[in-house]
Amino acid sequence: MTRTTSLLYLDGVSVSFDGFKALNELSLMIAPGEMRAIIGPNGAGKTTMMDVITGKTRPDTGEVFFNGTIDLTGEDEASIAELGVGRKFQKPTVFESHTVWDNLELALKAPRGPFNTLFHVITGGEKNRIEELLDLIRLNEKRAELAANLSHGQKQWLEIGMLLAQDPKLLLVDEPAAGMTDAETAETADLLKDIAKDHSVVVVEHDMDFVRSLGVKVTVLHEGSVLAEGSLDHVSADERVVEVYLGR
Amino acid sequence: MSSFLFRAMDARAGVFLALMAAVIILVPACNLFVPESSPFHVPTYAVTLMGKYLTYALLALAVDLVWGYCGILSLGHAAFFALGGYAMGMYLMRQIGTRGVYGDPILPDFMVFLNWQELPWYWYGFDMFWFAALMVLLVPGVLAFVFGWFAFRSRVTGVYLSIITQALTYALLLAFFRNDMGFGGNNGLTDFKDVLGFDIQADTTRAGLFAASGIALVICFLICRSITRSKLGKVLVAVRDAESRTRFLGYRVEHYKLFVWTLSAMMAGIAGALYVPQVGIINPGEFAPANSIEVVIWVAVGGRGTLVGAVLGAVLVNFAKTWFTAALPDIWLFALGGLFVFVTLFLPKGIVGTVSQGWTALRQRKISSDFSEGSGDPPSQPPQSPGAQANVEKPASAISRAGAAHPQPAE
Repeated sequence: MTRTTSLLYLDGVSVSFDGFKALNELSLMIAPGEMRAIIGPNGAGKTTMMDVITGKTRPDTGEVFFNGTIDLTGEDEASIAELGVGRKFQKPTVFESHTVWDNLELALKAPRGPFNTLFHVITGGEKNRIEELLDLIRLNEKRAELAANLSHGQKQWLEIGMLLAQDPKLLLVDEPAAGMTDAETAETADLLKDIAKDHSVVVVEHDMDFVRSLGVKVTVLHEGSVLAEGSLDHVSADERVVEVYLGR
Repeated sequence: MSSFLFRAMDARAGVFLALMAAVIILVPACNLFVPESSPFHVPTYAVTLMGKYLTYALLALAVDLVWGYCGILSLGHAAFFALGGYAMGMYLMRQIGTRGVYGDPILPDFMVFLNWQELPWYWYGFDMFWFAALMVLLVPGVLAFVFGWFAFRSRVTGVYLSIITQALTYALLLAFFRNDMGFGGNNGLTDFKDVLGFDIQADTTRAGLFAASGIALVICFLICRSITRSKLGKVLVAVRDAESRTRFLGYRVEHYKLFVWTLSAMMAGIAGALYVPQVGIINPGEFAPANSIEVVIWVAVGGRGTLVGAVLGAVLVNFAKTWFTAALPDIWLFALGGLFVFVTLFLPKGIVGTVSQGWTALRQRKISSDFSEGSGDPPSQPPQSPGAQANVEKPASAISRAGAAHPQPAE
């Protein structure tokens, strides 16, 4: 696979904060339609990598390309989101003083300018799409509830629903199973696999059982660069990975 | 477009509009047509005083739009108010003509006094009302646009933005104090004679200005309401609660902020323009940083993010101010400070926010008790107004979880 055929292409990306190298010559490629799990100990640079891709942090050196040709290092958060990169945060971040319905409506793919939204009237198609999403994330009963009143797991799901409403080409999902019960975790894995059928997905996760249930290629990050890549069985047989995870 | 306007209406807006209509009609009528001997007669000074309150209410409404809905705490809105006031004051100065102390047909008195030979270029056009009216909107609007363009693009937020708005109004205060600026320096603009050909002291003009202030307040209220209930309003609340999340959804937050910020500054300008002919003077004191802070207190007292609350807060606090400064002048500032502390501690949602929260809880309890007696529908969540409240309104059952309800920044 080369840059032009990839959906996401990172080459030699380095970021340092006050001398601390959060990312160190990181290179990574995601193919269109691929689902990838990224694991790594705390401080491995997983969240910084997401920040670089979504435009929150500018890399010191290195290239970031989306869709083969679009240089993401020159774009800001809003235009990267418009290009088709959606992000779910580690800590669920929904609009707490909006209802579940409004959260989805705000995320729904539509023109984003102030005058577009000022005169916006919700269409039947948009309503149907929100209904579909409400069913998918199982929050149909809670549609009129303020997002602040949802449980932690429900907020996670609402945020995944918002991500889907954006209809991005690439979904970056940061720890979707954090704080969920075992049953919810299993459901979330099913949901993500479902989503991966027609989207590219990058999942960052700590929970090994969850990563195993996804059954996809795994990239191990350590100290800001790629330590190992391959199936979960392959990487967990790697001595360096075991060392990093179990400590010295 | 029609749906845009229809959105502004609901029961709360209806009550407010009905009240405003009654005030706009009754106060001037009781002044002009009721004989002075009648207990229903409203003296002219009271009409002017209430007209002044209405312009303050409009200023508070403008602050509520940016603070209550978009989370931009402006401590410099009095600057836009005063600029609108100066634009109107310049028109009123040009109307004096030869009736000034020095009788110069073109130059206002203070320019003659300073030995100026001709009118500065920026005074051109202010002899025409339409031009002055345009400037009332444009001068605050353009200043807010330029200021906002740089501030929001550089992502200056929170307390830092509040501080630079204070700096803005303070800088203008110092500038307008200078005689060389050509705006009358320390004394400002005063000694107005007439407005649009009507004697500014006449009872009918006073009543007309009162009505104009009321109508301007109603129109701006409807505009604010249409905006806050549109999808744009929902985006504004999203920006207030989780700015960076909104960016990651693809919204260009700085454009949204710039839009409401500029609009709000123009409304403040209109308020200032209506204020000046009623009080009869505009001077640099209007730029004083304390004035802007006082506006924030009005909004906090009434309830931010409610629009109606801003109007109510402005009228109540100013009524109290009028009473205190007459009866107990030494105590007023302590009372104002105490009021702010009290509201912050015990009424964080302000008067309107607290009342509507109590109303929701009461209704919920009634539905529950109807249900337990075997009549009525099962209790459900009360209908939530979409993002209209500054503070999350919760049913009584959920209050224990209140800790989680505070707006959280995205990481």
